[in-house]
Amino acid sequence: MTERIVIVGGGTGGSVLANDLADRLGPELDAGDVEVTLINDGPDHVYKPVWLYVPFGKREPADGRRALDELVDDAVDLRIDRVSEIDTDSQTLRFDGTAPSMEYDHLVLATGSTLEPEQIPGLVEGGHDYYSESGATALREELLEFTEGELVLSVIGTPHMCPAAPLEFVFMTDDWFRERGLREDVEVTYTYPVQRVHGNPHIAEWARPIMEDRDINVETFFNAESVDPDAETITSMEGTELDYDLLVSIPPHGGVDLIEEAGLGDDGWVDVDKHTLEAAAADNVYALGDTADTGVPNAGSVAHYQAGVVGQRLASEVRGRPATATYDGKTLCFIETGMDAASFVEFDYERPPSPAPPSEKLHWSKLAYNESYWLTARGLL
Amino acid sequence: MTDIEPEETVDARGAACPGPLMDLIGAIRSAESGDVVRLLSDSGGSLTDVPEWADEAGNELLAVEELDEHNAFYVEKA
Repeated sequence: MTERIVIVGGGTGGSVLANDLADRLGPELDAGDVEVTLINDGPDHVYKPVWLYVPFGKREPADGRRALDELVDDAVDLRIDRVSEIDTDSQTLRFDGTAPSMEYDHLVLATGSTLEPEQIPGLVEGGHDYYSESGATALREELLEFTEGELVLSVIGTPHMCPAAPLEFVFMTDDWFRERGLREDVEVTYTYPVQRVHGNPHIAEWARPIMEDRDINVETFFNAESVDPDAETITSMEGTELDYDLLVSIPPHGGVDLIEEAGLGDDGWVDVDKHTLEAAAADNVYALGDTADTGVPNAGSVAHYQAGVVGQRLASEVRGRPATATYDGKTLCFIETGMDAASFVEFDYERPPSPAPPSEKLHWSKLAYNESYWLTARGLL
Repeated sequence: MTDIEPEETVDARGAACPGPLMDLIGAIRSAESGDVVRLLSDSGGSLTDVPEWADEAGNELLAVEELDEHNAFYVEKA
């Protein structure tokens, strides 16, 4: 009997896993003993880290988009459909429209994050973001023409994709305006929901003095409650009101509704064992990347490493062996500290991050990795 | 043991700092004035995070209960 592995979501985690399985289970796929299906709600794979550079005119959204059928091994069945229901009792997926349902023996959820700016009154009308193609493009139009005034970067939702990106944006903004001789005319303010400038205390401790050196204003314990687009103000639950001329936000994030509807976890995040990545509420279900509620950052490197773990575990299960591979929380991030310098962190569940001294070499390493990312998506790097 | 009856309980046990505080803030965000939210957390950081934020935001930390390997924080929305 053919064993059916179904992956939902063709982002970093889903694509790396599909290619990992195509490689790892090659003989079984050739023999028809296993089928691997990757389901995505669109034909393209999107590499989101490109968006950070779009507002500064350094990259185009198209640089982060490639057709999934060019990236995914031919041994994988690629299905472009939107899943509407997960039934973990009958191990069945249902789809929008008239598409036939699909049964699975092993399910992997890699559905990722969605933006929910509508949670904050006025944010859709008053705010910009670089966490979507359309947001990054619209912000570019504003930022390229911005020569004076108050720029506020407000981190509203956590967890959010790429926890380093808000710091990167204000560091790059500061440098970008400084290089153009406009910094004295631009006030930059950074807000964060807790009492430090980053969720991770080690990264916060590293970043805070840099922000002070660079005259980046900081408002901590700032949880945006509403935005008034006419008055150009943003107000926090803690009672602080800030004026802005350009508001850039990290909007609230959520997962997809069907995860909560399937009873797998709250807010679209799947409750998992943080080492095995198995869902707590159902058998034969894994989650990875943003979708897995492990407490580690929602970052591409996390999805990448988790995909390798799930690939090994699934191969063991298919072959009737005990699955022993586990995820140790490994996370890698480059952190831009300007337009031509970056830091780097590596950490896991046990070892905290220790940011490397910023250098031009690390900046070019980040850009080089962004170019070679397509080898990661193909399962080669 | 406290006899406070919370309107909502947020179970953030297992989450690392600042996850429990962010879960509490999320619950307070959608609560009505006067509602009490109970946060369950086994993160040591919550013992400082939660009182600091409650004070900053003008909400009242009514009680902290030490339970079996976790704490329960009762916060009333102003």
